[in-house]
Amino acid sequence: MRALSDKIVAQLRVEMQAPDLSGTRYRAIRFLAHGGMGDVWLVEDATMQRNVALKVVQLEGATDKLGERLLREARILAQLEHPGIVPVHDAGTLADRRAYYCMKYIEGRTLAQHACGLSLHEKLRLLGRIAEAVEFAHSRGVIHRDLKPDNIMVGAFGEVLIMDWGVARAVAIHQSPDGGASARAGVAATPAVTAHGVVLGTPGYMSPEQARGEHSIDHRTDIFALGAILRFLVTGKSAEGPDEPSGAFPRPLRAVCLKATAFDPENRYPSVAEFASELELFLLGLPVRAHRETLLDRARRFSIKHRTALALIGVYLLMRLLFILFSPH
Amino acid sequence: MNPRGENFPLTHYSLVSAAQSCDPAVRAPAIERIAAAYWRPIYKYIRLRWNVDPEDAADFTQDFFTRLLEKEFLDSYDAAKGRLRTFLRTCADRLIMNRFRNANRLKRGAGSLVLSLDLEHAERELSMASKAGSPEDLFEREWIRSLLALGVERLRAHCEEHGKSLHFRLFERYDLNEEDSKPSYSDLAREHHVAQTDVTNYLSFARREFRRCVLEELRLMTSSEEEFRREARVLLGRETR
Repeated sequence: MRALSDKIVAQLRVEMQAPDLSGTRYRAIRFLAHGGMGDVWLVEDATMQRNVALKVVQLEGATDKLGERLLREARILAQLEHPGIVPVHDAGTLADRRAYYCMKYIEGRTLAQHACGLSLHEKLRLLGRIAEAVEFAHSRGVIHRDLKPDNIMVGAFGEVLIMDWGVARAVAIHQSPDGGASARAGVAATPAVTAHGVVLGTPGYMSPEQARGEHSIDHRTDIFALGAILRFLVTGKSAEGPDEPSGAFPRPLRAVCLKATAFDPENRYPSVAEFASELELFLLGLPVRAHRETLLDRARRFSIKHRTALALIGVYLLMRLLFILFSPH
Repeated sequence: MNPRGENFPLTHYSLVSAAQSCDPAVRAPAIERIAAAYWRPIYKYIRLRWNVDPEDAADFTQDFFTRLLEKEFLDSYDAAKGRLRTFLRTCADRLIMNRFRNANRLKRGAGSLVLSLDLEHAERELSMASKAGSPEDLFEREWIRSLLALGVERLRAHCEEHGKSLHFRLFERYDLNEEDSKPSYSDLAREHHVAQTDVTNYLSFARREFRRCVLEELRLMTSSEEEFRREARVLLGRETR
């Protein structure tokens, strides 16, 4: 029998998982990442002469059910044309009978990697753009159900793209009185639980009702995840811990986070737009609705918002005082 | 792909139950199959974990699989409680500790399984392999190596049987190539006097068949769909032990 070196073993293990692209216009370049139910490969699209990311069902889990889930993910993505949502180009079944879809290849970093070194305001602006994309999906009757920093890519030009819609579900669309459609009153058509009873989602970012495997989860499960992402961006952790430094989280922002991650969905923001508007208010130095200010808070916020004017007034008053004290008359 | 068009082979999980059979005629070929996949991992594990010299490790490996044949170990194996791979490693540990304790070299009697151990080959693999990690990691790595090597052999036999020797030669030249700079598809086309598209298609066939061969071997060595999937995840590098 042939002796296989470590190098050959490693090569063969990668080769084993490679999608069979025979008969397609794609050529494998390299493996990119393992996902929950699929592997992502960088492939060259020979017709369009560009590189795209190809997501394919994992070899050991290649069942019809998983293939259908992957194709459902592709169809959901195809409905969501938004600059903040990764666009899908093509979908189908490979010669090895594994389902796949191709999407834009994002040369960037995950939100978790990108956020290091950003100022609080820059982080909140990023979160605002993420919230816009999530709100758009909700307006099309889709909830993501697995929002987390690792599922959000920040591109080379600062563009934000929400990835991995594998757990996403189309929900019953509610017609609002003004005629707009939204996912707000709808519930997920299927629970975020697999046939084997495994809850889909990520601990720390998953709402309590999703973690319990409830059937009736709605768009507020994404609002919970956005609140957890806010906490992660500010403190580096998705859940409140005893070692959280008190000064790290400005009180109004902490109140926004607590409201978004309330245990009972009824106590959360009713929509992503309202969550996003709270972030905007904070960025503008205005009071947020989730936090009742004390006089001291108001004074502190006023002093931060008008610090340049206050500094100039202070200097002016100091000079006047010096002038009065040392004036010869 | 099997005739029903599914990704995974439809082989029954019968090897382990055959190895536990009371009928020696059923048990012996099953144990031989298990020995073919596991003798190298066991031999190398014993060599490194217990610092045993090659001759004693070969003696131990022979004894180990003979005991398997004599139903000393496999009777107590319950697939619901753990993987075959972990069970065999634990049995090997237990057997060698007993040996050290008793300091005996009991030779097995008539009806023993006689393994053809290619020690030179195993030692060459051992010298090339990484020694990093725990002995359990080493056993896992060697199990993967053995499984892939069996897959390569199976692919070779399959290609020869179906008149596709060129497919295997291309697979050998490209995917089993140790050199840092692999030949390009056009190099291979020139070398074998075929079109470049043929190289692409032949390699694609060989890889697909190789995957089928390895997964078939793995399915033979597992007792349930769940164990197969867990072991496949280890084999493909998605998780360890």
